[in-house]
Amino acid sequence: MSAPRPEGGRRPALAVFKLASCDGCQLTLLDCEDELLNVAERVEIAHFLEASSAVRPGPYDLALVEGSVTTPQDAQRIREIRAAARFLVTIGACATAGGIQALRNFADVEEFRATVYARPEYIATLATSTPVSAHVPVDFELRGCPIDRGQLLEVITAFLAGRKPDVPNHSVCFACKRRGTVCVTVAHGTPCLGPVTHAGCGAICPAYGRGCYGCFGPSGSVNLPALIPLLRRDGMSEDDVRRTLRTYNAASFAEVEGAPS
Amino acid sequence: MTHRGSRVLHVGSLARVEGEGALHLTVDDGTVTGAELRIYEPPRFFEAFLRGRAYTEPPDITARVCGICPVAYQMSACRAVEDACGVTVGGQLAALRRLLYCGEWIESQILHIHLLHAPDFLGVDGAIELARTQRGHVERGLRIKQAGNAILEQLGGRAIHPVNVRLGGFHRIPAAGELKPLAERLRRARDDAWETVRWVAGFDFPEAGLDHTLLALAEPGRYAIDSGMPTVMASPGEHGIPAASTAPLPLRQFPVYAFPAEVTEKQVPHSTALQATLGGERYLTGSLARYAISGRWLSPLAQEAAREGGLGDPAAGKVCRNPFRSIVVRAVEALYAIDEALRIIDAYEPPSRPYVDVPPRAGTGHGATEAPRGLLYHRYTLDADGLITAATLVPPTSQNQAAIEDDLRRLVQSRLDAGVRDTEAELTALCERGIRNHDPCISCSAHFLDLTVEAVDRPRRSPPCP
Repeated sequence: MSAPRPEGGRRPALAVFKLASCDGCQLTLLDCEDELLNVAERVEIAHFLEASSAVRPGPYDLALVEGSVTTPQDAQRIREIRAAARFLVTIGACATAGGIQALRNFADVEEFRATVYARPEYIATLATSTPVSAHVPVDFELRGCPIDRGQLLEVITAFLAGRKPDVPNHSVCFACKRRGTVCVTVAHGTPCLGPVTHAGCGAICPAYGRGCYGCFGPSGSVNLPALIPLLRRDGMSEDDVRRTLRTYNAASFAEVEGAPS
Repeated sequence: MTHRGSRVLHVGSLARVEGEGALHLTVDDGTVTGAELRIYEPPRFFEAFLRGRAYTEPPDITARVCGICPVAYQMSACRAVEDACGVTVGGQLAALRRLLYCGEWIESQILHIHLLHAPDFLGVDGAIELARTQRGHVERGLRIKQAGNAILEQLGGRAIHPVNVRLGGFHRIPAAGELKPLAERLRRARDDAWETVRWVAGFDFPEAGLDHTLLALAEPGRYAIDSGMPTVMASPGEHGIPAASTAPLPLRQFPVYAFPAEVTEKQVPHSTALQATLGGERYLTGSLARYAISGRWLSPLAQEAAREGGLGDPAAGKVCRNPFRSIVVRAVEALYAIDEALRIIDAYEPPSRPYVDVPPRAGTGHGATEAPRGLLYHRYTLDADGLITAATLVPPTSQNQAAIEDDLRRLVQSRLDAGVRDTEAELTALCERGIRNHDPCISCSAHFLDLTVEAVDRPRRSPPCP
């Protein structure tokens, strides 16, 4: 992704949209307390409802999209957003991989609907929760449940500078070593998805004495089948392994579950 | 707005709240006879997919219901599962949980005050616009919010979906002295929060009242956040006093396990959020309810701020029933959360273990805590292996929806009674303010308020979304 500057020296227009999600990834932008007002001076915030009721229709130079596609309306809306955006970046596990609501993909959504709602006929929903890339071309994807503040700022900074974002594709283990954390698996026999999970969080969980639970989804080159015996050795049952892989990035871990990529 | 004929007002967006809403008003000869807040939230089915998950998972999984108040979900989930397993977490572990919760209260209340709500009183579109003319107020808000996030990051690992919470306590606990740098920052934030109380107290508040039953947790001796017993304050209407009255009214309590018997959730056709009623009546949870029920348990500093902020004396039982003044109550609550966080840090001594064991057993457990937006109730049924067989989550917004609708009815009616001929834009702005007063968190797919004003002799318009 690289962005030529908009013509005429105007500030590039930023838009933030939300599909099915928890709002946490767009809140990450508001959590950039030190940088928020500076970013706001460098761009025109054309559509960001968390921050302002002043919105204008497209075109937009950069659209950040949070959330997955779970309703017929959102399937249509993401097409409209794509048509209005020069660059479209998905932010977070929902928009990038379908999110936790993709657990419906492994179940009977009609039964889900009847479980939660007394009158399921009032509720419009699709049988699957799918990432934005299943519907429209995406220029860049940020992972994480939630995304990392530093990575979000890197994407916006790279966009403003017209260069590609520097977001590494390696596993959490690299970040863990850099952080100086003793390996929780080697030292304590704690099951950890770090070896197969995409970096970006800053390797938080092992630093807190907990195994990584995969909230950033699979890393660039992953040999998941090789990790599973280690997880089993360290006390996880087959069901535990299945559940852990089927949580925040169920669809993308399912893709790499079968064979080494 | 006219009294006759049907008009559709398409309004750009309901901004600075979480979610997509449409408001449907029915006006019959100058009387608002119906108000429906239509919430369209893509259903995410948490209660369905929690079945078959391990009993250890709800704290992390349910956090994903809401990125604004994940700690509230983690805490209610822990309490409910621990209740099912017959485990109580006390002492310093409970204090650390309360500290983490204070971080979320500070962050969430200040976010709402400075970025979402204050612009309504100052006639600007949002905080970014506000920063052009009153940068100092926005920067101060960001500083306080950052102090709240600093608690979440240090104790929880990160501000959104913290990773350090587990059943029985934490994965890792801070060493003695490790929290001291936080205290430095919080002391500065406390001065800033005082300034915010003074700032919002000076806003211009429309006259308004609310005639709802109030529900909040309460526990003797302190302002309830992470634990307490559900407590109900009767509504002004039941006692024949005005809706704007500041008088306290009688309280009654029920145990948290009686929540399913007391609160009925029903589905209404116009919303994907289930609507809750208490004994068949609409009720309100959140800052106004907490302050009414537990104001006298605020710290001396927060009580002083309440008096200075024009809320009367909470020690004397003064209640605030003007929903527009909820911004002042939130500012007092944020100040209290900072004060309380400092108290906890000051008294902190590391417990011997980061968590107590929570062995699984078959049974049902209930848990309720006070999310920034109101009471959040969880219930789980486990089998003997610790797998979840049933899960129920009752978030604050579904509890508050009927009360918000009533507020909007009341607001619009008062304009009609005064003979004010609002333009579409003015009426919509008023309704949006009425909604934002309650800081609803609808986690929806889009944000716009589509206001339909309908005369009863016309056929009803279908809603804009299915």
